[in-house]
Amino acid sequence: MSTQLNSKIPAGPLGDKWSSYKEDVKLVNPNNKRKFKVIVVGTGLAGASAAATLAELGYQVDAFTFHDSPRRAHSIAAQGGINAAKNYQGDGDSVHRLFHDTIKGGDFRAREANVHRLAEVSVNIIDQMVAQGVPFAREYGGLLDNRSFGGAQVSRTFYARGQTGQQLLLGAYQQLARQVGLGGVRLFNRSELVDVVTVEGRAAGIVVRDLITGEVTSHAAHAVVLATGGYGNAFFLSTNAMSCNVTAAWRAHRKGAYFANPCYTQIHPTCIPQSDEFQSKLTLMSESLRNDGRVWVPKNQDEKRSAADIPEEDRDYYLERLYPSYGNLAPRDISSRAAKRAVDKGLGVGPLKNGVYLDFADAIARLGKDVVKERYGNLFDMYERIAGENPYDMPMRMYPASHYTMGGLWVDYELMTSIPGLYAAGEANFSDHGANRLGASALMQGLADGYFVLPYTIGNYLAPMLNKAIPSVDHPEFKAAELAARERFTGYLNIGGTRSPDWFHREVGKIIWDYCGMERTEQGLEKALSELPALYDEFKKDLRVTGNGESLNQTLEKAGRVDDFFQLGMLMCRDALERQESCGGHFRAEYQTEEGEALRDDDKFCHVAAWEWSGDPMTAKRNIEELEFENVHLATRSYK
Amino acid sequence: MSNHLKDIILKIWRQNGPKDTGHFETYKVDEISDEASFLEMLDYLNEQLITDGKEAIVFDHDCREGICGTCSLMINGQAHGPERSTATCQLHMRKFSSGAEIVIEPWRAAAFPIIKDLMVDRSAFDRIIESGGFITSVTGGAPDANLIPIPKPVADSAMDSAECIGCGACVAACPNGAANLFTSAKIAHLNLLPQGQAERYKRAESMIEKMDEYFGSCTNHGECEAACPKEISIDVIALANADYRKAKLKNRKFISRI
Repeated sequence: MSTQLNSKIPAGPLGDKWSSYKEDVKLVNPNNKRKFKVIVVGTGLAGASAAATLAELGYQVDAFTFHDSPRRAHSIAAQGGINAAKNYQGDGDSVHRLFHDTIKGGDFRAREANVHRLAEVSVNIIDQMVAQGVPFAREYGGLLDNRSFGGAQVSRTFYARGQTGQQLLLGAYQQLARQVGLGGVRLFNRSELVDVVTVEGRAAGIVVRDLITGEVTSHAAHAVVLATGGYGNAFFLSTNAMSCNVTAAWRAHRKGAYFANPCYTQIHPTCIPQSDEFQSKLTLMSESLRNDGRVWVPKNQDEKRSAADIPEEDRDYYLERLYPSYGNLAPRDISSRAAKRAVDKGLGVGPLKNGVYLDFADAIARLGKDVVKERYGNLFDMYERIAGENPYDMPMRMYPASHYTMGGLWVDYELMTSIPGLYAAGEANFSDHGANRLGASALMQGLADGYFVLPYTIGNYLAPMLNKAIPSVDHPEFKAAELAARERFTGYLNIGGTRSPDWFHREVGKIIWDYCGMERTEQGLEKALSELPALYDEFKKDLRVTGNGESLNQTLEKAGRVDDFFQLGMLMCRDALERQESCGGHFRAEYQTEEGEALRDDDKFCHVAAWEWSGDPMTAKRNIEELEFENVHLATRSYK
Repeated sequence: MSNHLKDIILKIWRQNGPKDTGHFETYKVDEISDEASFLEMLDYLNEQLITDGKEAIVFDHDCREGICGTCSLMINGQAHGPERSTATCQLHMRKFSSGAEIVIEPWRAAAFPIIKDLMVDRSAFDRIIESGGFITSVTGGAPDANLIPIPKPVADSAMDSAECIGCGACVAACPNGAANLFTSAKIAHLNLLPQGQAERYKRAESMIEKMDEYFGSCTNHGECEAACPKEISIDVIALANADYRKAKLKNRKFISRI
């Protein structure tokens, strides 16, 4: 029997749910807020905005980041923009339309109520960020400019050159810094979460490892927020930053938090293809490039001419051909699979024939080089630095890469995990993007969770706990978690094998990419599920970590993260195997239409799979939260 | 197609902790693809070191896309190496040739103490931002975003300054170890915008004074601008200085009224 999951969605019509929730929510008196302590782990958009806002409200906040500064969080690398239903362009946008696009983009696998709330608060985010001084792009008249993004037929994306994530993160970081300066937030940098602690079934705090000294310490609070990002680095090669990892979410999972839909991973269509075996990561080129760039491959597998010499009739602009109404702006999952099909057919371009062209020749002819430079200059420069080719003269070469993970910790409407008092925000939770995230929606969700959702919902949890003491860090649960963490890290050092953590990461990533990447099959997943445990056993016997545990040791940090990727990888494959349908980023080759599009099975799989830890990811228990669609019709997604 | 570089000699600063004296060690990379990034070359070297049972070289890095500002190396005496407007993580081996001898050091500045090997502590930058590098705006109280039109040139100039990635190359390149480019970039970003006017002079004053607690003084060498991976202009320093001077006068005026 599976456990019943209560998503706590408020009653009433969809558009009133969030406002009626806010009207009924329990409040904490301003003078009492200081009696509560909240731990926020992660300082990206969701974490920094939550920590800053909670401190502003008067709660005591302890914020943790493994970076040297909160400003380094990977939100900073988002390029293209942030969606909001402002309808500043008068092109027919509305909260309902953003809601509908997001549900449809997510292939009808997200919760209606959460997504509608996201669309509602999207407008507040833009107001808030402008008030903080985020220098969004503007028209000559001084009003805000917008551009369009994949999966939408309106221009609702706000942007700051190709560095929107940077500017939004710095905005949130500055609000956090203000609170640190005022004493509202205590900041712990270079401190990595190594365990989550529960006492009497509630979140009581965390155990962290000081990366500089190796010291393991406990921190207690009334509530804990994990805003620790996604797990795209499970694939080894991804567009995530090098230190992005699943450890915080995974350690919470092992303490009882359900992990939802781990097989929902997003493969971004426009990344610079791998160039050699040393490659440590892949670099994304913003989806906004598809506003003006045209995607094509040669029609002939044996094409030897350079791109500019290939005449129109020998080119296949496959996105425009297959999806005429969205064309080059087809959603990410669809564009990625189309690129994969082209390359698999031997039509790939570049020295390794592992890419497709993204061509700006027409845009330059139509708009002039200056306009193209104004819009995408920094992206073109970045491409040239990495690929060594000038995209003004030669089309960019692109190939899909792991980029974002829609799956994550299961949360209810209040963003609380299945552990009372433990919250998950931003990419770390599973809630808003279903099986596929639309471009420019990650920034929106991170900030929505941190600025506009958690500050309300945490109060609702804390209010009844007034004058309840913060759990003691001497509690046996904390001591046991500290001991286990110390033993785990000493254990890695003592294996004394022959392979580095990076070697294992590359190998485990390859298995996950090959069998649980852009296309999955029953046979492949079963193969992965036999190879992963075997490789994990080898990891436990043959890992080599040099150096010691008492000073900064990046090899040791990496060992802990790779360990958790192994376990997560097994759960990803199990989730992908059990979900016998194709939806969004989860494409099972057995379930496709005649035209090769994803074929959902709404009768059997219109639900969230929330996995429960059982001591081993291979035997984790699959719980179900049924998804109910009252406001949109379940339809076959079409972008034709 | 990629070519391979051979026999790269690396002289790398090793220092076991803040109190260790530190020294250079020489390593040889026999062969590396010119498509590899500079940091991938270090990854490769570290893999070799681990295989040989030696401790890997510690260096700061994260996004490898030139935006997070975590990477920080003096490469042959230049902050972020030989390529202009490029952070270390975006530097590729195709900029070097076979047989090259490359000296790699951590950022060199009194305000950035060395943590280990090539990694330094840049938290003084956070202290500067905490002292005033923000616009006070309580969550939820913001007016409609289009209520204040901001002329495009103003928004663009603010953005030019806001692009700073906080890497610290400006400090490392400065003979005085000054942080004026970093601090002034933030002052300029916020002080140029209409939203930033209410706290304009207080911001300039507190940030500059906090900066002076940690960093050396600016004597207009201009090395910072040359080293900046985001090409932030030293004009921002003039702007910040002007605001600081005005702040001092205004604050005297306010005091006289009390």
